[in-house]
Amino acid sequence: MTVTAEGPLPTAPYDVAIVGAGVVGCAIARELARRPRLKVALVEAQDDIGQGTSKANTAILHTGFDAVPGSLEARLVREGAALLAAYAAESGIPVEPVGALLVAWDEEQLAALPRLAEKAEHNEYKDARLIGADELYAREPHLGPGALGALHVPGESVICPWTTPLAYATQAVGHGVDLHLDCRVRQVDRQGDTHVIGTGRGTLRARFLVNAAGLHADALDRLLGHDDFTVTPRRGQLIVFDTFARDLVQHILLPVPTALGKGVLVAPTVYGNVLLGPTAEDLDDKRATHSTADGLAGLRAQGGRILPGLLDEEVTAVYAGLRAATGHDDYRITAHPGRAGVTVGGIRSTGLTASLAIADHVVGLLETETGLDPGPVRELRPVRMDRRGTGPEYGILVCHCERVSRGEIRDALAHPIPPRTLDGLRRRTRARAGRCQGFHCGAAVRALLEEART
Amino acid sequence: MTGVRRVDVLVVGAGPAGLATAARLAAAGAGRVEIVERETQAGGAPRHSAHGGYGTLLHPLTGPAYARLLVTATRQAGATVRTGVTALDWAGPLALHTLGAEGPGTITARAVVLATGARERPRAARLVPGTRPAGVYTTGELQQAVHLYGQRIGTRAVVVGAEDVSYAAADTVRTAGATVVAMLTDLPGPQTTPARAADSRLRHGTALLTGTTVAELLGHGRLSGVRVRHRDGRTAVLPCDTVVFTGDFVPDHELARRGGLALDAGTRGPAVDGALRTSRPGVFAVGSVLHAVESAATAAREGAHAAGAVLDHLTGIDHLADAGRLSGADRADAVPLLVDPPLRWIAPNRVTPADRLPYVLRTATRLTRPVLRVTQNGRVLHRERLWTAVLPNRTLRLPAGWTHRVDPQDGPVHVSVLP
Repeated sequence: MTVTAEGPLPTAPYDVAIVGAGVVGCAIARELARRPRLKVALVEAQDDIGQGTSKANTAILHTGFDAVPGSLEARLVREGAALLAAYAAESGIPVEPVGALLVAWDEEQLAALPRLAEKAEHNEYKDARLIGADELYAREPHLGPGALGALHVPGESVICPWTTPLAYATQAVGHGVDLHLDCRVRQVDRQGDTHVIGTGRGTLRARFLVNAAGLHADALDRLLGHDDFTVTPRRGQLIVFDTFARDLVQHILLPVPTALGKGVLVAPTVYGNVLLGPTAEDLDDKRATHSTADGLAGLRAQGGRILPGLLDEEVTAVYAGLRAATGHDDYRITAHPGRAGVTVGGIRSTGLTASLAIADHVVGLLETETGLDPGPVRELRPVRMDRRGTGPEYGILVCHCERVSRGEIRDALAHPIPPRTLDGLRRRTRARAGRCQGFHCGAAVRALLEEART
Repeated sequence: MTGVRRVDVLVVGAGPAGLATAARLAAAGAGRVEIVERETQAGGAPRHSAHGGYGTLLHPLTGPAYARLLVTATRQAGATVRTGVTALDWAGPLALHTLGAEGPGTITARAVVLATGARERPRAARLVPGTRPAGVYTTGELQQAVHLYGQRIGTRAVVVGAEDVSYAAADTVRTAGATVVAMLTDLPGPQTTPARAADSRLRHGTALLTGTTVAELLGHGRLSGVRVRHRDGRTAVLPCDTVVFTGDFVPDHELARRGGLALDAGTRGPAVDGALRTSRPGVFAVGSVLHAVESAATAAREGAHAAGAVLDHLTGIDHLADAGRLSGADRADAVPLLVDPPLRWIAPNRVTPADRLPYVLRTATRLTRPVLRVTQNGRVLHRERLWTAVLPNRTLRLPAGWTHRVDPQDGPVHVSVLP
């Protein structure tokens, strides 16, 4: 197992290099790991996997009922949802099938629901149905006054957005993929049939290159000589409410998309919190992952209308993520036959759901369009993400709010892809993710991390 | 499984309040008195409050010394203190599920005392916008990092708040070898003693920005600065790598809320009467979970006071065991005790004619020599002028000499400030 975060890179050329270890890059690495003959590198600019759009989204396992019918996204989300649901069950990734309600708050939105139901049919999703205000309030008794009806989409689920890419990466690394962290790609040259990839940690060679660089996919594409699209970061700010708010909401409460915009959703999380968001702000700064006073005030105003009781509960966390919008209403997955590469661009909030189907599609393109000879295919050994040991260490809780034991923290620190920061540890164990945000446990958790890293 | 254990009194939380309750009960012969504490060390917040102000005038102590003294005294009195044991949830009206190194278990008791303490609201709960860099602390985390773990913090810190705990945080920053860039408060002045404020300003040269709030945290990876906004709209960036959010305490009321105990809207802790009885017979609450936050001395005094009510409850059970009804001590004759603005909260917040424990209150705005008035249904029960100014985030006390005038049938009692 090879995971590096410093020092020189291997000099032997790889068959495939994947740039970007987000949920999509990790899924592609996992898919390529099924071809034992291939030597694969997963290259990531940051110090952990899943640190871009993958870590800060709405954590929904979509059915794809509202995708643009006939689009690549519609197909990959539909296929990916089934694949990920099965994978999550096999791997112990937390999923909760809560279902969604698209709540209509005015006549215009109510009138839009039948069309959305038809769209769902076009997307081969058959279970959506319209419900009236009475059933809506019976299902969601804490909903604010004035809702007129809803479209019930029972197949929508919530999922853990951090465990999913970690499971992919763990499996990939366990089957021979090399993961290189803190390895920002600065330039790419072509020497014969080899990509010469200049990174902050030296040079990496690969015959085939997959651009899964998310927000930076356009910049990397230009280094590769393509100029097909521009990524405009679209910021989404979200508020996470305390677990005491969980009783207020039973479904994912989606807004009805209208001409005036998409609006915000209220959704449970698999950890028993309640999510409110996202905002939608087109920016030009790919580092602008900060929340704003206006954004938070706007969210609270909208959340208070949807679920008035929410505002009485404590806020546990506030975060902002950037979606990779490309000004084009579909994924931008393109094979470059002459240049031995595939670009996976414009993967927006549905990327988590679609990740396994995207990986399958991309590896297919590598084979059929760019001439990669994958060799034989093998089954991967399953990975379990929910393992909890027995013994005294698992009875001593370090993080009281989220009930994370010393044993679980030690396990995470000894994992093949260990966390390098407190945030990385939080995404793996939820230590420091609760209502006190480290008031009680912060110093103790930091001590365990520092002890393991020295 | 360690199975079901039975004790006479189960105390949750080994801070000053819980320890004082258990010590008094054990000394009074209440039977098996057990404290469960989720931290690996007993003593509560004083463990990491490495400054003076504890103990008595004749025997002043630092926080850690005070914590050790309390723990020793409690053990010597005969109470069992079990650390590293978390009370997870209720297993019955007077029973709790626990988890510790020896595994999960259940403890049933004849009386339960919640002494679960309080915590400072973190940056997220205060909805402070910005990035999410490292270097953002509450006082509690900062003190543990520096005083218990000897961890390095940054070099330049901004302290948000200007109350006693904020000055303690500033001292901890200096102990760690870092500089306090500035302290700030949204109020017009510091909420501490003039001597302490002057000491910070004159001896340490620490600027206090009044009428100022944190508008935004800056920096990727590590904090690089804090954007502050003055009440008049001016903003400025204070370059720093550490920020400490102090004060704004809330009770750790998870068990109280999970148990469905009535909570007080003002304190957000469990509602209790002057005998520190909660809404559930046999369940009592003491210390900072009632009024986040008061001094350790107040918490310990409440613990001792509650011990009397717990003993009454235990005796009542014994007397009435075959009568099949609740003891006289658990009678429900308490009426709500409410405060009117600008007062923020009062604890205890239910009142019976027999109550004797002084009340603690908080005000939202500065009051100069206010007159406190206690009324019930228009009837004035008590009136009192205070001869000092009262500041937000500082203790205001109301003695309980008037409670015998409360009529259990006459509705809520109001505490207000005369203009």
